[in-house]
Amino acid sequence: MAYNEKVLDHYENPRNVGSLDKGDAQVGTGMVGAPACGDVMKLQIRVNEDGIIDDAKFKTFGCGSAIAASSLVTEWVKGKSIDEALTIKNKDIADELALPPVKIHCSVLAEDAIKSAVADYRSKQKGA
Amino acid sequence: MIYLDHNATSPPRPGVAEAMMAAMTTIHGNPSSVHGPGRRARQLLDDARRALARLAGVHESRVIFTSGGTESNHLALFGVAEAAGCQGTILTSAVEHPSVLNPLERLEARGMRVIRLPVDSQGRVIPDEIQRALTPDTRLVSIMAANNETGVLQPIEAIGALCRTAKVPFHCDATQWFGKRPLGVDTLGADLITLSAHKSGGPKGCGALIVGAALQLAPLLLGGGQERGRRSGTENLPGIAGFAALAGQLAGRIEEEARHTTALRGKMENELLKSVPDAIILGAGAERLPNTTALLIPGVDGETLVMTLDLAGFAISSGAACASGKNSPSHVPLAMGWTPEATRGMVRISLGWETTETMVDSFISAFQRSVDRLRKGSAFA
Amino acid sequence: MKHPIYMDYQATTPVDPRVLDAMLPWFVEKFGNPASRSHAYGWEADEAVTTARKQVASSIGADPREIVFTSGATESDNLAIWGVAQFYRDKGNHIITPTTEHKAVLDTCRHLESDGFEVTYLPVGTNGLIDLDTLEAAITPKTTLVSVMAVNNEVGVIQPIEAIGRLCRSKKVLFHCDAAQGVGKIPIDVNAMNIDLLSISAHKIYGPKGIGALYVRRQPRVRIKPFMHGGGHERGMRSGTLPTPLLVGLGEACRLAQEEMASETPRLLALRDRLRDGIMGQLTHVALNGDPVQRVAGNLNISFSYVEGESLMMAIKEVAVSSGSACTSASLEPSYVLRAMGVDEELAHTSIRFGLGRFTTAEEVEHVIGIVVGAVNKLRGMSPLWEMVQEGVDLSTLKWASH
Repeated sequence: MAYNEKVLDHYENPRNVGSLDKGDAQVGTGMVGAPACGDVMKLQIRVNEDGIIDDAKFKTFGCGSAIAASSLVTEWVKGKSIDEALTIKNKDIADELALPPVKIHCSVLAEDAIKSAVADYRSKQKGA
Repeated sequence: MIYLDHNATSPPRPGVAEAMMAAMTTIHGNPSSVHGPGRRARQLLDDARRALARLAGVHESRVIFTSGGTESNHLALFGVAEAAGCQGTILTSAVEHPSVLNPLERLEARGMRVIRLPVDSQGRVIPDEIQRALTPDTRLVSIMAANNETGVLQPIEAIGALCRTAKVPFHCDATQWFGKRPLGVDTLGADLITLSAHKSGGPKGCGALIVGAALQLAPLLLGGGQERGRRSGTENLPGIAGFAALAGQLAGRIEEEARHTTALRGKMENELLKSVPDAIILGAGAERLPNTTALLIPGVDGETLVMTLDLAGFAISSGAACASGKNSPSHVPLAMGWTPEATRGMVRISLGWETTETMVDSFISAFQRSVDRLRKGSAFA
Repeated sequence: MKHPIYMDYQATTPVDPRVLDAMLPWFVEKFGNPASRSHAYGWEADEAVTTARKQVASSIGADPREIVFTSGATESDNLAIWGVAQFYRDKGNHIITPTTEHKAVLDTCRHLESDGFEVTYLPVGTNGLIDLDTLEAAITPKTTLVSVMAVNNEVGVIQPIEAIGRLCRSKKVLFHCDAAQGVGKIPIDVNAMNIDLLSISAHKIYGPKGIGALYVRRQPRVRIKPFMHGGGHERGMRSGTLPTPLLVGLGEACRLAQEEMASETPRLLALRDRLRDGIMGQLTHVALNGDPVQRVAGNLNISFSYVEGESLMMAIKEVAVSSGSACTSASLEPSYVLRAMGVDEELAHTSIRFGLGRFTTAEEVEHVIGIVVGAVNKLRGMSPLWEMVQEGVDLSTLKWASH
């Protein structure tokens, strides 16, 4: 299985690796996947007062494509409103990284991670 | 030593050994491994598959690499039979190679019906006989493209057409055809085609089966699932690289070589018949491969003639190379109507890609001398 | 140092230059068909085949007449198991084999099940070894064959071949041993070990791909139903023109491996132990898979918790290694061998097989230690699982949504 150059680039120089304070009310944390399936993705977004995602961080346990997909979405969501972020679809991710069929689930996971992070942020806002 | 036994095996063409050496010195991985060395091995395998597919005019997904003609024939026969639940009828001919006839015996023992169609005096299967034998119960027709002992070509295009009409898969053992006649599925019209590399200047231990896209085929070798699950076992990369080099060499050259070989053989047969007028060329009345001459020489023991010629520096054969040491008469001339007594005088001369006119000339005179001497009763003078 | 550093000697091995030299003349000028009985080209090829047969036989303490050449270990396994099962069908229809065998053995057994045979798949312990009492209890009057590999291709454990042979002989059951990973690496004597059939591969011991052999005992005589019929080569057990250069390569590879085993084994052991200590000494949460003692010198199989196997492979791409068996690593399923040993699915995903061999150097080992430790640390830094473990979260208490 040969990896696409964009996958390799994100894998070797992952953008936005790290963690945000998950206790922060402005931070939404999404954790998707399962270790038994071979991938777990944690995506965190921080939303500013204007409703814009001004920072995003990820940590991912998974194959190169999963890491690349996570890295890519952190770049994509930054500067977007949460509604805009929700328009990112797995197909966009898969196309951008030219993922082969066996790796499509990585892009699905990345889309789920965005949804999960947004849901977490929204539930925090409701609770506040 | 002059080598005129190309139907047994043919010396590797230039470039073949080099390709094999390169595969062994520069490729260190297993094509199933995902790392760099593995991917380079996979690349070599993919390129080779494309080269062979291009020569055969088929899509590369239809090429299964095997360990040779014998395995390809087994895979074709057992693969179709097993997929059919080992029931029904298989049509074949009486002059097939043992690597077709023997597995068919085994399928017979497992409950399949095998009909061995007779051939005419020239060694040809008669399409009408196939037409008559085809029933809804027929699961496979297996007929060789060219006979290894006589070089006689079978009417495969007609047989292929009959099979297509009857919607019965057609297996064609093209082991001897490959490299000597242009290969094209359109001409062969077969759903399964057996190829062997070493009969036309490629490496031993490597062959292929070309399989129709829609054909149900059960695998023969089970294991790691290589060749899309149709043939397990780590791929013979040096052999496959050599096979691909052969395919590259053959491309666009088969017709020209065939013309050259046909001319040489024509001259040889004329001269041989002049010096031994009572000799009989098997299948002379049929279309034959350009390189093969099978002779019956009355009053001469074929084995002894072969030995005599060997001592004189010429390698020919008394029949098939596979019949290791057996003394029973060949089934091919018997099926053509010759008596066991007559077949004792059989020899096979098979020319090849490196045969020159000078070689043929010196063979002609040696042959003449040897036959004369044997007929005078002094074999090892 | 060559790049990538090759540490996948269980998948395949480079051809030894000495083996190549032996093969060379048989590629071009000595091209005859060994079955051609009527001329010198055939005779010299036949002589080469005879020599190769002797070399192969002597590497396992067999008689040359007991060696059948095949296209490789996959064919040998298929021929041995299918051939014995079919030949002795009237005597019994039961076969025993461990769950951790190579696919060539397991798939053949599975195929026989669909043909009316019964197969007992023996479990293995967490160390990867079978239990002799369990094997003995599995043998029934219907059992005709036990097939156990000498050395496992993934975890390198050495099965108790001699004891299995003794047991099978006493129970009058035939014993097939897939020794593709064992020949030339551990001492094998078919007589001392009561092995009735044994599979050999050339490309695992620095010989060419596309050639192998099956040992078939003559005394007491073991019969097999042939798999490939045709010209009657190999005493009727396997038809097809013998590829002389490949046979010469197999013979020379066997000879060299046998000759150098005594010096090569301690060298590899030292390298392997250094690799193990170098990696395991600098990282926590790593586990050695397979028995630590009963294993072949060139194999190290380690699971790295909280990193994923494939991304680890990418991170150490200067090192050619394998995660799981080479034959199945293109799939996303975790190794069935590790699963059979009771390794968690998660840990199975993070296992790497390091295969060391004849051309592995101490310098390469040191280099690989550095690369692996660096990569694991980097990936753990990116791993949410590792983060939680550092925070003291017990991952086994978490519920994961499957996808």
